[in-house]
Amino acid sequence: MKQPITLQVNQNTYDIEAEPRRTLADALREDCGLTGTHLGCEHGVCGACTVIVDGDPMRACLMFAVQAEGRAIRTVEGLAAGATLHPLQQAFIDHHALQCGFCTAGFLMLATSLIERADPPDDQELLDALSSNLCRCTGYKNIVNAVRAASVALRQR
Amino acid sequence: MDARSEASLIESNATVPKTAALRTEWIETAALALAERAARPPAAAVPDTVTPERIREETGTSDPVGRDPIGQSVTRLEDLPLVRGQARFAADLSFPRSLHMRIVRSSVPHGRIASIDASAALALRGVVAVWTHHDVADIPCIPLREGKSAELDPYLQPILADGIVRYVGDPVAAVFATDPYLAEDAAERVIVDIESLPVITEATAPLGEFLPGLPSEPTIVRKGYGDVDAAFAQADLVVELELAIGRHSGVPLETRGAIGRYDASRDVLELHGAAKVPHRNRDALARMLGRSPHSIQLFELHVGGGFGVRGEIYPEDVLVLLAAMRLERPVKWIEDRYESLLATNQSREQLHRVRAAVRADGWVLAMDDEFFHDQGAYVRTHGDRVVDMTAGILPGPYVLPNYRVAGHYRLTNKTPAATYRAPGRFESTFVRERLFDAIAERLGMDPIELRRRNLIQPQQMPFPRGIDTISDTIVFDSGDYPLLLDKTLDALHWEDLKESLRQRRATGETVGAGLAYFVEKSGLGPADGVRISVDFTGAVEVVTGGASVGQGFETVVAQICASTLGVDYRRVRVIHGQTNRIQYGIGAHAGRATVMTGSATHNAALKVRAKALEMAASLLGASADQLSVVDGQVVYASGDVAGAGRTVSLGDIASALAPTAPARGGREPGLSAEGWYETHSMTYPYGVHVAVVKVDRDTGAPRVERFFVGYDVGRAVNPMLVEGQIVGGVAQGLGGALLEEFSYDERGEPLAVTFADYLLPTLADVPAVEVMLTEDAPSPLNPLGIKGAGEAGINGVGAAIAAAIDDAIGQPGAVTRLPVSPARLKALLRRRAS
Repeated sequence: MKQPITLQVNQNTYDIEAEPRRTLADALREDCGLTGTHLGCEHGVCGACTVIVDGDPMRACLMFAVQAEGRAIRTVEGLAAGATLHPLQQAFIDHHALQCGFCTAGFLMLATSLIERADPPDDQELLDALSSNLCRCTGYKNIVNAVRAASVALRQR
Repeated sequence: MDARSEASLIESNATVPKTAALRTEWIETAALALAERAARPPAAAVPDTVTPERIREETGTSDPVGRDPIGQSVTRLEDLPLVRGQARFAADLSFPRSLHMRIVRSSVPHGRIASIDASAALALRGVVAVWTHHDVADIPCIPLREGKSAELDPYLQPILADGIVRYVGDPVAAVFATDPYLAEDAAERVIVDIESLPVITEATAPLGEFLPGLPSEPTIVRKGYGDVDAAFAQADLVVELELAIGRHSGVPLETRGAIGRYDASRDVLELHGAAKVPHRNRDALARMLGRSPHSIQLFELHVGGGFGVRGEIYPEDVLVLLAAMRLERPVKWIEDRYESLLATNQSREQLHRVRAAVRADGWVLAMDDEFFHDQGAYVRTHGDRVVDMTAGILPGPYVLPNYRVAGHYRLTNKTPAATYRAPGRFESTFVRERLFDAIAERLGMDPIELRRRNLIQPQQMPFPRGIDTISDTIVFDSGDYPLLLDKTLDALHWEDLKESLRQRRATGETVGAGLAYFVEKSGLGPADGVRISVDFTGAVEVVTGGASVGQGFETVVAQICASTLGVDYRRVRVIHGQTNRIQYGIGAHAGRATVMTGSATHNAALKVRAKALEMAASLLGASADQLSVVDGQVVYASGDVAGAGRTVSLGDIASALAPTAPARGGREPGLSAEGWYETHSMTYPYGVHVAVVKVDRDTGAPRVERFFVGYDVGRAVNPMLVEGQIVGGVAQGLGGALLEEFSYDERGEPLAVTFADYLLPTLADVPAVEVMLTEDAPSPLNPLGIKGAGEAGINGVGAAIAAAIDDAIGQPGAVTRLPVSPARLKALLRRRAS
């Protein structure tokens, strides 16, 4: 049975109707039209669907839309400010940190949640955290380089 | 001066650095020079002469890249929508009034379907149809891409199982509903009663019947040359091994997806979500569905990784098309991960019994191999090509004067198998290099010295291998194999590295290094064409029949077009994977894209350039040979002639060549041209992989400390992208070497059906891969000297890792099976302890 749900995504309000069993990922993609969040495994392993909920990275495939009601959700579509890319997006381009780009949104959101923290993680913490998402194309080297570079760029702003 | 001679001039002034470190420095210098140039006022503001010489002068003589976009590590054209979340992958495309398809799959590895009861599913509101084989019996099995085969055709897969299921995951029924959640609910209500039949789970099982009247071994691929028996009779030493490669696969992070739509107003059937070989698939689908190819259009969307498995025709692709026509609504199917691990092509599983005849001085007289290839339950689109490639490429970079191989192609009750990145090469390199390590051990010879003695020498190039594979006669086109080995060892300070590992072992660490040498193949022909056109704004469109699987295809083709034509690569739009835009296409596989489509682009761009110069000559009152194209402007090549300084843009030339433009005169309308590239020989890049692995004695867990790839790519169009391909390939190779395995129990039940069981490498499993690209042996077969790079990273990983683990645990020849899981490694350590 569908019920009304209000989601706050990238500071926009979305009034949707969804069954209680609808995942946050499906609600974002199908009901809010935000298809930048991808589904790679739907069991919480690959991290392609990572979004930021109240400041923390979350697997949107493991969370129901109703659980996200009243919380501040950030997705990849909200990273850039108009035509200006987020430093992390720019770093991913500059460091060739994506190939097929399917995992990219998940890595961007995971890394954003880390490097925007008031107490940014040290390098080992960063590597540990990044190892929770899967990429099948890049071999990770350039993702790490991009995140490190963006982390520095962000603190210099 | 034409573009090529300009480019050669630039290149002769700047030798491309051969080591990774130097190359990085070189790229940084170049980037700096380009940035400085960008900061200057635009050249157009200066009214005097603009010539190539002047531009080179302005950019500074220290700019080693000059203006040739080929060879520059420019950023990708593809990236912007991908980092902004604006890409469109298959699941992102929704048509109004779509139905959603869900497949009911066999839970039994082999059995007879007694009954299928869909009444409970059909009773759900919103369920439109449930199909079984009966509903699609008029549709033939999915054919082999390369044409009919009397031996293999009886084993092809119907789009829904025809009375018998042959593997867990075999499609039995298709449910169509108005919502994907509902379709999944309904699929669970379809009751399928299957009577189990005996299973075959090993390719090495005794020969028997796979299906009534059909043997479990439809064919044996045999190749060879020389007199193997005579060589073994003369041998001082015979070395024999049994080696196994585990079943694993590409496993792209985006699962498969297909959206079928039938537009009755135009009588056009559309398949969205095509990949890899859209044109070939269009033709096959046209035959299956009894339609003209003109009335079927395939559209590639963004593709979340291909690796060989995506883009083959699978039952689901045909079902969405058929349903779109018969149910008169768009039909969308998105595979879930569980299905993907059961139903998408698997690969690699082979068992080899190989032996070598060796002389006491290390000269390998002959190799003789018999192997068993586990094809799974159906013959899919590739037929026996993986077996063929394994047999064809096994001798690798060594002379090996006598060779014999027999590849047994065997059906089993497992998921069907086909190609995965570097098909037949990951497997054969593991076998050959393990054999060479074993020979070295038996002779008491350094394994590198053994390899050196057997490598094909540069003066032997081009080297006819003496065998064919996948209908090409193998002739190694160019290469200096000893040079790459030397450069690799130098870059690694090999003797120092070995010494430091020795010292670490002396202090109790379990650490070692291993090396593997391989020859790759790329640029499979026979022909590819592109069409280039310039519009009145000067923007360039390259329409290709190529495909992008995320490898940077658009950028590389744009760089080649930009280099030849004389424009900024960012002004080039590259179209791929759209069968309604161009009639033919080879897609993206077999290391083809850059070699074939790139060469065709070069040829087409030369024609466009010539057209532009001829028209410009008329507009400027010059002769065409006085002119050149720089940054989209036709300019005088030299500032010392009358009229120098006047320019005309490609956009204006395009306007002048419009059908209605008076300036056109009798010229062919349009600033556009078609270009083709044909070849009947593949080109063969080559590489060396070196791994350093440390093993945890308590847990058996291996840790890859270093991985180094030395690779001769002929000519790197974009070194950054080549390196990206290689690093990513290594990561996948590490998966196949250490982690990934589609294991089955003895009843044929798959055991790896989630990402919790089937382990993809994470950041924690992959070191920062080191890459050394060389360009010592450009291909003589294509105008740019290009060789493929997509499979360079994965090819030798299994072999190098195996050798490194042997070295670490001090047991030469210990690793005979991939993947080397912690459990297997622990068993090897225990064997040593006892």
